[in-house]
Amino acid sequence: MSGTAAPGAAIERVFRDEHARVVASLVRRFGDLDVAEDAASEALVAALERWPADGTPPNPGGWLTTTATRKAIDRIRREQQRDAKHQAALVIGDDTPPEPTGVVADDRLRLIFTCCHPALAPEARVALTLRLLGGLTVGEIAAAFLVPETTMAQRITRAKAKIKGARIPFRVPGPDDLAERLGAVLAVVYLVFNEGYLASAGDAPVRAELTDEAVRLGRVLRSLLPEEPEVAGLLALMLLTDARRASRFAGGELVPLPEQDRGGWDRAKIAEGHALVRECLARNRPGQYQLLAAVNAVHTDAPTAADTDWAQVATLYTHLQAIAPSPFVTLNRAVAVAELDGPEVALAEVDRLPLTTYHAWHATRADLLRRLGRSAEARAAYDAAIAATGNSAERAYLTRRRDQLSGP
Amino acid sequence: MSEYLLSVHHDPADDERMAAMTPEEMQPVFEAVEAFNQKLQAEGAWIFAGGLMPIEQATTVDNTGAQPVVTDGPFAESKEYLGGFWVITVPDLDAALGWAKEGSRACRGKVEVRPFQAE
Repeated sequence: MSGTAAPGAAIERVFRDEHARVVASLVRRFGDLDVAEDAASEALVAALERWPADGTPPNPGGWLTTTATRKAIDRIRREQQRDAKHQAALVIGDDTPPEPTGVVADDRLRLIFTCCHPALAPEARVALTLRLLGGLTVGEIAAAFLVPETTMAQRITRAKAKIKGARIPFRVPGPDDLAERLGAVLAVVYLVFNEGYLASAGDAPVRAELTDEAVRLGRVLRSLLPEEPEVAGLLALMLLTDARRASRFAGGELVPLPEQDRGGWDRAKIAEGHALVRECLARNRPGQYQLLAAVNAVHTDAPTAADTDWAQVATLYTHLQAIAPSPFVTLNRAVAVAELDGPEVALAEVDRLPLTTYHAWHATRADLLRRLGRSAEARAAYDAAIAATGNSAERAYLTRRRDQLSGP
Repeated sequence: MSEYLLSVHHDPADDERMAAMTPEEMQPVFEAVEAFNQKLQAEGAWIFAGGLMPIEQATTVDNTGAQPVVTDGPFAESKEYLGGFWVITVPDLDAALGWAKEGSRACRGKVEVRPFQAE
């Protein structure tokens, strides 16, 4: 589909938006991921042929689903002639009424829980989610995670074979294990977002196609599970982080939060994120995504960096440490501690953390040492941070800070 | 419905510790497994189950060549051996995993879940 004119691009956008719905509805009907996916692709080809000539139908999603369903039935009929026995199974599948779906009845929700099933390897969960719900091509997913296309294709094929062979159900888990399974789904979406937001390697410091996809998946989850506060929390977190995207880079260099041009922040996303955080506060069932969203709400609430309510940030990280303890949380909390109690207190906390292979640990140390006037140690810490990051914009920023150090 | 093998793998390194256990100590495990088996039967998931004698009692037959060869011992040298198993019939993997969680708790060992080939 490369090199298509504007109508083609518009059709592909519709297709990407509708992909999850089309595939999910076909999986329920035919009980087979491959049949669903192939039929969805054929429907896209048909749309690219027909819509530019006939005009876009009034309900493009419905058109795609109907066309894909016909394509699937055609394919099943063709296969029936080749393999009567195999075919019989598919036709029986067609007659089966939808299974009770547990908490919410929506095919896309069932599909994402299938893609993120704990019996699948975590990297396969991400790939399948992007493929089946996001409608990304295998090539696009491989590029996003910097692995060869053949590797990604194998990973997806193996995961689909396991879903089929081990009979991973196409179902939303019941209330007894919904919380645990939802955690895996949210982790996948946040992983996609983070990989886009601060690309771990490659030439592009930010991959908007991944952050946009994660936000879109977050919105789908939110519309399907409106009562789950962590779903709202994750969406708020992504919106409040993504709202700062345009101000995060200048001349190929990362711009840290205090130095960002706040006029460049996306006010609509911030307003939406703040509304979600307020909704979470009202529910009072805090979880890790809600607390991280609240931290970002504090940052985006301050008219200038100097107005940041650092005590509030530190308190939120303390809560987070209580429910999801990790050295990464302590590291982030130390940044607030530096503003409240001074860089020396923060450095003492940071030095104790077992994060010597993590670029942000070195970068935080470097900044604290710089503020304490310990230039030689700061320089060494900047060097370590530069060596540990694969992100070109972050490297550029750290290099400039290092070279600005005075003294020996 | 689909059939699954739930298998329990035994590490001979544990033999000494298990041999040192008194019957009183073993009793709760036997009772838990028995209760689990009865629940499988009551809910219609049970097909077959069994514990296996130690690996020293295995004999391997190889009749892939010109002459059958019978050897004392297992076919694969491995640290852990199949110690026992359940064969169950359930609607899908989630149901099998649910039983595996209970089985693992009952027999105090890790349980591997594998689907049988269809047909």
